[in-house]
Amino acid sequence: MTAQPTHLNLQVNGKPVVVQADPMRRLSDVLREDLGLRGSKVGCDAGDCGACTVLVDGAPVCSCLTPVVRAVGHSVETIEGLSPNGLSDLQNAFLRHGAAQCGICTPGMLMAATGLLAETPAPTRSQVEDALGGVLCRCTGYAKIIDAVLSVGHSGAAQALPASGQAVGARIERLDGLAKVNGAEVFGADHWPEGALVVRAIRSPHFAASFEFGDLAGWEAARAVQVFTARDLAALGGVNRFGVIPPFADQPALAETEARLRGEAVAIVVGTHKVMDAIDLSDFPITWTTLTPVMDPATAIGARAVQAERADNVLTRGRVVQGDAAAGLGAAAHVAEVTVETAYVEHAYIEPEAGCAWVEGDTLVIQACTQAPVMDQDDVAILLGLPRERVRIIPAAAGGGFGSKLDVSLQPLIGLAALLTGQPCRMVYSRAESMQSTTKRHPATMSAQIGVDAAGRITGMAFEGQFNTGAYASWGPTVANRVPVHASGPYLTPNYRAETVAIHTNGPVSGAFRGFGVPQAAVVQEVLYDDLAAALAMDRLAFRRLNALSDGDRSVCGQQLHGVGIDACLAALEPRWAQANADAAAFNAAGGALRRGVGLASCWYGCGNTALPNPSTVRLGITAQGRLCLHQGATDIGQGSNTVVTQICADALGLPIAQFELIGPDTALTPDCGKTSASRQTVVTGKAAMLSGQALRQQILALTNRGADADLTLDGGRIIVTDAAGAGEISLADLPLGAHGYVLMAEESYDPPTLPLDEDGQGAPYAVYGYGAHLAEVEVDMALGVVKVLHITAAHDLGRVINPQLAEGQIEGGIAQGLGMALMEEFIPGRTENLHDYLIPTAGDMPKITPILIEVPDPEGPMGAKGLGEHVLIPTAPAILNAIRDASGARVTRLPALPHRVLAAIQEAGQ
Amino acid sequence: MTDFFRPHQLSDALEIARTGGVTITAGCTDLFPATQAQALRGPVLDVTGIAGMRGITQSATGWRIGAATTWTDILRADLPGAFDGLRAAAREVGSVQIQNAGTIGGNLCNASPAADGVPALLTLDAEVELCSTAGTRRMALDTFLTGPRQTLLAPGELLTAVLLPPVAGTGGFLKLGARRYLVISIAMVAARLEIEAGHIRHAALAVGACSAVARRLPAQEAALTGAPVARAASRIDASVLQPDLSPITDIRADATYRAHSATVLMRRLVVGICQEAEA
Repeated sequence: MTAQPTHLNLQVNGKPVVVQADPMRRLSDVLREDLGLRGSKVGCDAGDCGACTVLVDGAPVCSCLTPVVRAVGHSVETIEGLSPNGLSDLQNAFLRHGAAQCGICTPGMLMAATGLLAETPAPTRSQVEDALGGVLCRCTGYAKIIDAVLSVGHSGAAQALPASGQAVGARIERLDGLAKVNGAEVFGADHWPEGALVVRAIRSPHFAASFEFGDLAGWEAARAVQVFTARDLAALGGVNRFGVIPPFADQPALAETEARLRGEAVAIVVGTHKVMDAIDLSDFPITWTTLTPVMDPATAIGARAVQAERADNVLTRGRVVQGDAAAGLGAAAHVAEVTVETAYVEHAYIEPEAGCAWVEGDTLVIQACTQAPVMDQDDVAILLGLPRERVRIIPAAAGGGFGSKLDVSLQPLIGLAALLTGQPCRMVYSRAESMQSTTKRHPATMSAQIGVDAAGRITGMAFEGQFNTGAYASWGPTVANRVPVHASGPYLTPNYRAETVAIHTNGPVSGAFRGFGVPQAAVVQEVLYDDLAAALAMDRLAFRRLNALSDGDRSVCGQQLHGVGIDACLAALEPRWAQANADAAAFNAAGGALRRGVGLASCWYGCGNTALPNPSTVRLGITAQGRLCLHQGATDIGQGSNTVVTQICADALGLPIAQFELIGPDTALTPDCGKTSASRQTVVTGKAAMLSGQALRQQILALTNRGADADLTLDGGRIIVTDAAGAGEISLADLPLGAHGYVLMAEESYDPPTLPLDEDGQGAPYAVYGYGAHLAEVEVDMALGVVKVLHITAAHDLGRVINPQLAEGQIEGGIAQGLGMALMEEFIPGRTENLHDYLIPTAGDMPKITPILIEVPDPEGPMGAKGLGEHVLIPTAPAILNAIRDASGARVTRLPALPHRVLAAIQEAGQ
Repeated sequence: MTDFFRPHQLSDALEIARTGGVTITAGCTDLFPATQAQALRGPVLDVTGIAGMRGITQSATGWRIGAATTWTDILRADLPGAFDGLRAAAREVGSVQIQNAGTIGGNLCNASPAADGVPALLTLDAEVELCSTAGTRRMALDTFLTGPRQTLLAPGELLTAVLLPPVAGTGGFLKLGARRYLVISIAMVAARLEIEAGHIRHAALAVGACSAVARRLPAQEAALTGAPVARAASRIDASVLQPDLSPITDIRADATYRAHSATVLMRRLVVGICQEAEA
């Protein structure tokens, strides 16, 4: 019998180690905190995500569910032990296939796959899915992960990086991939100065409640901790209101007297790791007085004001009107109409918010997960009463973002703690805190009518959308404005009226989520297009091609469009469309409970801010020693901007990509590249990188007096420039040292040219649009309402493909999120604050995906490129819904299409 | 520091349990998710070190599955066809990671209405073995489970094994959830059929996640017994099957759908087992 062992002898990665630990502590915590093995990630502390998977005696287990004592006498293997010298074949395969995007699930995936391959060296696809089914990934859609595992043993050698001038278009591995596959990547929870204090938040358990603190001084003294509240923040001179759109800033970092959503922070508790590990926060001295929460946007107008300043609970309205929608509908041969309801959707990145703050001289440094370092800098400075230049943001690797890490979360909290304690302070949100307190996709109730003439041309459209924006503004105004601009879909719509309203409730704050409301609106429009094609007895694809926007057409905002690729995308689907319909018909002819169907949907999406400036600035410099440094301030949250921006810059400059050294992002080191949002980094930062590369090239050509098509060679301390007339040489050490330590430097900005929208939404909201179309093939169980998506063919017009592998990764991952939105994802406030009640797709839920990359160059985008990051999700849900209807007759108008809803719709259709 | 006990002898464990107030742990796959803390608060009695608590043994009186036997142990064990439903259920527990840690005894003591292991065990006429310093008692599984998170496990008592009589026939299990892996059931069904000369001689049927605890379906079993396999499908009838269920409406599905899907799943499962037997 054993009692109270304190020294535990473990065998970790082949080495004996002794830890002094509570025997019932989670192994994950011991590995990360005591042994410094932070490659194992913690996403949920509940066995729901698998990111913490390690091998115990070769068998994959969740280290978060394993008491450390259970590892005694067994061998523990973590990612750090996978291949101490270099990379294993599996890790190499992950790199080669682009299987890691943000990288937060990668250690868990690698360990689960290692366990499988040790037992089954040549697994089948279904064995791989079984083995990886316990590790959630939110970025990749699993396709490249499964391909990587299947390729082990026959994947060939890694390819060399492309030569000068050949970077754009090359299928190169991500430049920042190594750390993602060897466990070295530093996410928000992975770095803290020795002895950093731990911060935890006290949060509202109520949707709406006023509160009063009790004896804080007594409580904190008894526990050797410090408590900070909004009062402390005010004492620093901070303005306790933040928001991503400054005129709408309305959210306190710490609520003052009233909490307006469940999970809103009202105080922080700061103490040593040891104290905070054991502390019980349930007796924190606070008295809550609950208020009747406003939860239903349908009745929120006129209900109790969620925010006193917005008495009617209307945050904002959006509107685009062109022509006369009523007249267009009145003249139509056929009019279709529908009302669609969508749910709160949770971003469900596998990395809960995490970070660390410390003071360096007179500067507050915050290293945390983010998509928008400069916006964080601005918000933190305002909240904490600091001049902007005294706040430095170092983005940690972001373990997924998808829009929610655009808003600050813990940054002001750890900043406040670091300023007031003078100590480094760190914080990691629990999964529940993350799901309660951070933003969601807007739930929407949308109604629309679309009319066509007898020839099948759209004559008019009327759209109304009500968006539940939750307690605070966040990106509600953006959603309210983006939706009317995009609700027509990429189709010529001459008479158009689209009106939206963003309504406050005491629900979670709705913010940015891949597509800013457009994925919801696309469901309405694309469902109606199937209705109209049916009314016309037209082929659904032909109907869409007939109405697709063409070059030179004007959008519903009156903007003349160029480089329009929607018809090219739809045309690319033609062969599969014919085959898929024939396959489904043949399958259905056999009878049985399963029926197959095919559906289509399109997207278009403007890249960058809506009719507002959003510049990026890129610096490129060469040192006297010949280091070529690219200051790249766009945060790469897995989508690949580190790689894509460098590829563009390399070809613009004319030097091989292998010679580039990436610096940043870091507000102290990189100029502002704006936020990673709105599908803008390839277009906006990419163009700034192109201009910087071109500018530096011009300097080099001028110094050597060589022609525009000269070849550049950077060779140690010299640059050799060769053209038909001969070679010139620059000796870098001979050049005067300029700014930032460079002898040659270019810094260029780019802001996409747009025109403001008038009161009817007329103008030019975006400089560049991207286009796409998805073809979904599904199988519906007619007796159970269960939907299985079999295949999605996804054609996307990227203008110019910078990196096909990264583009495919975006498409596959976007489809996974679209599939989740269509079939399973529904965040219910107060009820689904974990990853077993809130479901996202697993490795076993994904269809085969066939990406088709189309290049219709954009005259404005860098080298013709368009954005892609959000486009990829927009058509998926409507394509699936249309396929469900094709298969079963069921017209599902409430998302997600859970089995019971699909079955009810099947029964309704049969009546 | 947590008071932690990991005895090797059952008698020592029972002494510790007798004093009361201990959290009994095995795979910890339900205990850790229930807390945000980094350590389970003690005192803790870990039963996984007890001799004989893990593994499957056969004797003249049937099968004994030690309470600390993992789902992976079960799905990899060499078991007769009557256990096919239990093995299929083992594959549906959470994920490989959960199957490698979670135990059959923990699944029963946790007593979730959606516990994946229970329906198949009910079709195997399972009993639980409960030990305390006062002695050992055996109890039918459907008696032991009394409600959501409720069992007849007495203070000081340990569930030491699941006991199964020698059973014949072929088992099966189907689980319906809104995704493929790591999913809590909307409904699940288990069946064990003994088929002779084209007729169902004995039917053991159970449904999970459609009542406070998983349930056998005596009326439906009676309706199926004696049926020719070709007629099995038509004998599965909502009006016979559903009165034994009391499904709830929750985030996963509504009550009507649960009852309906249990019926559909049971029909498919029974037909599948019959077809396999005929083949």
